[in-house]
Amino acid sequence: MSEPILHITGLNKSFGPVHVLHDIDFDVRAGEVTALVGDNGAGKSTLVKCIAGIHGADSGTIEFQGREVHIRSPKDAAELGIEVVYQDLALADNLDIVQNMFLGRERGSAWLLDEASMEKAARETLASLSVRTVKSVRTPVSALSGGQRQTVAIAKSVLWDSKVVLLDEPTAALGVAQTRQVLDLVRRLAEQGLGVVLISHNMADVFEVADRIAVLYLGRMAAEVYTKNVTHGQVVELITAGRSGDIGLARPEHAVL
Amino acid sequence: MNEKEPTMTQTPTASPNTAITDFGIDTTTMSTSEAVRDYISRLRAGQLGSLPALLGLVALVIVFASLSDVFLSLNNLANLLAQGAGQTIIAMGIVFVLLVGEIDLSAGTASGVAGAVLAMHFAENGNLLGGMGSTVFIMFLAALGLGAVLAALLRIWAGTAMSVLGIVIAASGMSANPWIEMLLALCTGTAIGCITGYLVSRIGMPSFVVTLALFLAWQGVILQFIGEGGVIGISSSPVLDKVANGNLSVLGSWLLCVIAVGGFAAATLGRHFTRLRRGLVTQPTSIVLFKVGGIGAIGIAATALLTVNRSPNDNIVITGVPYVVPIVLGLLVIGTYVLNRTRYGRHIYAVGGNREAARRAGVNVTKIRASVFVVCSSVAALGAIVYSSKVGSVDPQAGGLNTLLFAVGAAVIGGASLFGGRGRVSDAVIGGTVLAVVANGLGLLRQPAAVVSIVTGLVLLLAATVDALSRRRAASATR
Repeated sequence: MSEPILHITGLNKSFGPVHVLHDIDFDVRAGEVTALVGDNGAGKSTLVKCIAGIHGADSGTIEFQGREVHIRSPKDAAELGIEVVYQDLALADNLDIVQNMFLGRERGSAWLLDEASMEKAARETLASLSVRTVKSVRTPVSALSGGQRQTVAIAKSVLWDSKVVLLDEPTAALGVAQTRQVLDLVRRLAEQGLGVVLISHNMADVFEVADRIAVLYLGRMAAEVYTKNVTHGQVVELITAGRSGDIGLARPEHAVL
Repeated sequence: MNEKEPTMTQTPTASPNTAITDFGIDTTTMSTSEAVRDYISRLRAGQLGSLPALLGLVALVIVFASLSDVFLSLNNLANLLAQGAGQTIIAMGIVFVLLVGEIDLSAGTASGVAGAVLAMHFAENGNLLGGMGSTVFIMFLAALGLGAVLAALLRIWAGTAMSVLGIVIAASGMSANPWIEMLLALCTGTAIGCITGYLVSRIGMPSFVVTLALFLAWQGVILQFIGEGGVIGISSSPVLDKVANGNLSVLGSWLLCVIAVGGFAAATLGRHFTRLRRGLVTQPTSIVLFKVGGIGAIGIAATALLTVNRSPNDNIVITGVPYVVPIVLGLLVIGTYVLNRTRYGRHIYAVGGNREAARRAGVNVTKIRASVFVVCSSVAALGAIVYSSKVGSVDPQAGGLNTLLFAVGAAVIGGASLFGGRGRVSDAVIGGTVLAVVANGLGLLRQPAAVVSIVTGLVLLLAATVDALSRRRAASATR
């Protein structure tokens, strides 16, 4: 078993009196897809935002590649190689695929962009992910379907040599075929050696691509289990009740609150 | 619409009814017919660009040519270019503001302030203190200083430099020199833009409100500078007079033609073949050649016509391309280069397309939003030089209501979107030409001002409708 690339211990986060995350332990391993599941309000988004540097954690340690790091801003996260692909897609519709993938990190001098090098790199990245359904890389993003947009957003994180990619509900708004494409892409990201975190509500998706499943229940990490060791029903129980058989949170009468 | 439908199949072989570009990661070149089909499918999806404006322009020219004998006369065509140049130049600056989804209602009167300062510096032989009176003069310097400080706070150093240069010119009392006057007008415009930009992007007021307030304020400033009912003539300066009324020599005209057409051909073909060699996405060579040939033919034909004597009077000879043509072309090339090939231009489009995405990508949104107002006001000052030269004087109405509305109208008619993110500098030129043709043609037909206003308004309304409908079309095509 490989060392986790991202190792979080004892993370707490409160918004005023509301204690959103309780002593979260969470690992992301390179080359694996870790699904982060939980009911609405369980704290999935908050955990991702703590990792991405959007919220600072109140306490707890984050180790990245075996070294303790402090992530205070999205920029810190980006410098470490942690990329977040947001649900609402941070793409500019009027720009083409190449322009979007390099937005904010254009190559060439400020007064003469190196379009050729950017276009080549973008095409190579898309090809390395076996993306075949995108039109010419000079197609404006506005002409792409939802799945293709998601693909571009994900490919952007690969282009930047990210180590960990956090995907916030990448298939939420997609049709069947497009979901298929994106899940394939998620799998390929892991095969390329990235640590992938997939937030999803869709159990079928999770069971299809995830190597491990981390279940949040009311701000606590109820379980981190290997997908092959659990059944669909057990995960649903973990999400709704926080425990299932011997796995999950201790029974309330034994729990130390 | 088949071409635009996202294809879901994972099979590597494209079915016959699928556009080749759907599997286009490997496809960098298309055949001519494919490119034409692709263009048509883009039109259907609502990406019209400046096509409606070009079609409208052709229609207008046909209508006016059939109704008026004079319209197509060489003298009138040359005159038309000079008439429309001022508002066209202002429209070029407004394109930058429209691209980030803002509006600058003060561009017209800001240009009027620059024109008034220019005229006053000329008429008072550089003694702005004497012309304005000490209180007004100090406030003018303070405004330039404010522009410099605000530009520094925004880290727009060019804005600071220009504003400080304006203070130096104004305070040093240099004697009248047309080039110094034009530079001072430009500096004034830049300083005004720095103030507008700061108020919109740093303070966070809606640009509509800020520029509406400044529109009124600058109108008052012009009145204060020039005085109620006053007119300051500038046509006695040969340079200031010739900006919009002079022509290049015949030799100069052909030289311009060679530089412009040759430069365009070299840049376009050089880029095309470099991209082709390196295996990047290109248009078919035939279409590129067609474009270059078309532009070249138009350039050569226009030069040939404009170098013929077009004087209606037998005793005077008027030949050559008007100076406004190289001025507008120069600004067009610079503006297009900045928007298409530089990081700054890329970020302008990104902010206009999706401000939040640009912010997350690390673009300094505040600075970009402020800077477009600086560009707009600076370019508007250049427009003021041209229209003041055309009229030969500056009066308190300079840059008044119609100037701005025509300039915004020109940008929108040309295809720049009021919703941000879409538009090119060439849109302003095409739209400006449309409006100049309308005003000129209706004038030749001796239509009263009422009809001119109504027709111009309807043209603008039509353009805005096309913009809105094509946006709706584009939105529904993807979902």
